[in-house]
Amino acid sequence: MARAAVLGRLTWQDGTVREIRRETAAAASIVIDLPDWSGHTAGQHVDVRLTADDGYSAQRSYSIASAPEPGRVELTVQRLPDGEVSPYLTETLQPGYPLELRGPIGGWFVWDPASSGPVLLVAGGSGIVPLMSMIRSRAAAGSQAPFQLLYSVRGPADALYATELSQRQRQADGLRVDYVYTRTVPAGWPHPPGRLSAAVLAELTRGDDPPLFSPGGLPPEPPAPDRRSAPSGGEPPGHRAGQAPAVFVCGPTGFVEAAANLLITAGHQAGAIKTERFGPSGG
Amino acid sequence: MGIVSPGFHGRRGPADQKLPPGQYLVTDFPVLSAGPTPRVDTGSWQFRITTETGQVHTWDWAAFRALPDDEFTVDLHCVTKWSKLQTTWRGVSLDTLLAQADTSAQFVLAHSYGGYTTNLPLPDLRDGQAWIAFEYDGKPLPAEHGGPARLLVPHLYLWKSAKWVQGIDLMDRDQPGFWESLGYHNYGDPWREQRYWGD
Amino acid sequence: MQNYLDGNVLAGPLGEVFAVDVTSAMGQCASCGAQAAVAQAHVYPDAPGAVARCRACGAVLLRLVRAGDRAWLDLRGISCLELQMPSE
Repeated sequence: MARAAVLGRLTWQDGTVREIRRETAAAASIVIDLPDWSGHTAGQHVDVRLTADDGYSAQRSYSIASAPEPGRVELTVQRLPDGEVSPYLTETLQPGYPLELRGPIGGWFVWDPASSGPVLLVAGGSGIVPLMSMIRSRAAAGSQAPFQLLYSVRGPADALYATELSQRQRQADGLRVDYVYTRTVPAGWPHPPGRLSAAVLAELTRGDDPPLFSPGGLPPEPPAPDRRSAPSGGEPPGHRAGQAPAVFVCGPTGFVEAAANLLITAGHQAGAIKTERFGPSGG
Repeated sequence: MGIVSPGFHGRRGPADQKLPPGQYLVTDFPVLSAGPTPRVDTGSWQFRITTETGQVHTWDWAAFRALPDDEFTVDLHCVTKWSKLQTTWRGVSLDTLLAQADTSAQFVLAHSYGGYTTNLPLPDLRDGQAWIAFEYDGKPLPAEHGGPARLLVPHLYLWKSAKWVQGIDLMDRDQPGFWESLGYHNYGDPWREQRYWGD
Repeated sequence: MQNYLDGNVLAGPLGEVFAVDVTSAMGQCASCGAQAAVAQAHVYPDAPGAVARCRACGAVLLRLVRAGDRAWLDLRGISCLELQMPSE
């Protein structure tokens, strides 16, 4: 495809909820059918608009969780305790309900499977959602680009997509997943809870295969055929010799600031790091 | 109007209070800002009135707090549609502060630490309609709500009540402020729903 | 306390005005000359309008107000935008 399509201004589309799946106690994935939807690029988001019968409306942005697909989009929504929109989406919405949204939106925080270079994904809490779209998009396209996910969560019960990530990692096609537990750890976890730090980042990205631990204390799979050589001296951490990874960091503002600083200190170029901050506002 | 979302009501309180058109009631106190929260300590704080002839009147925190102040209870109406009723404040009336200023100016430009500006007719600051407020709900005004001191002009939309106020310029000509120069109504009367240009 | 988001949140509102995504465009701050993608600006989205500030110097880069049937856009804080175009 030689040219990108001219988008035209964004307009609202009427979708229909097809399915709602509970992901964790506080989060649900919503599958929406949209007749005029032609797909998206992983990392993009949509705006969702709710309208009460007196015309009052509220609008929020949600990252698309799914791989690109015409006619359908999937969101994963975290219910915020004082939220105005997220409680409706996670508790009131039913299959068959209408849902108005517009998109796909965003051209910066995106990953296209046409790029074959290594990618480092750093997620804080619900910041995993757009990164999961990248992981799913990569699989759907049959991409072998080396992908490493560092997923920071409070505890195992808060981790989204845990089973799916574990299954995808077992495909042994170049995806590696590591968890950073900040408040409670799974049984048998050899580290106390703690935030992502320079030491943790260094240990997780130094390029060893296979990963030593997985959630729930399952034994590691036998080493896959080596797709990532150990870094030789002077190379960027954790990736194929000679190629610095593209880095995507997503989560609450405080997490993103801290992680971006750690990454730069660890040697990643500022120009290689793209960030998306989720706010305390919204929900 | 978008398609109705079945079962969606939004975060609104009961509608039986008399509110300006298009407003809804909130019980929390939303924080809206155009930039980072300025951190101004009272040791360096100053409030300044500059007249149209260039006369300057300044108060530091001690001089400001030595002025007579009022406790007052008012309703707040934000152009983003929320209203918060019966909020209690303590502040110095602009009548007290303007008493010293020799002026025939018709217009005011209020400006804040951090660069925010908003404009009003000078008569709207007089006659008990406006204060420099330093306490909210019995406690020192928090920085996120405009502390150490903010302008409060409750009969207009809340964007006119400049947070982190630093001074007011009295002027012969009207000069649109930060939002007034980007589509927001020059006067902003909530009861006539004057939100945007041309309303 | 960091109460800002980044320019990614403007992609929707600006996507109502422009037919192409401008958050991936590079902009130069008219105040300090720093260059960055619009997506990298510090955005205060909750105000009566959206305000994007230079992440280097804090100056206002752009402001956007959206009413029901109108939008107002002030881009004076950006001296120019560099947009990727499809190659001829």
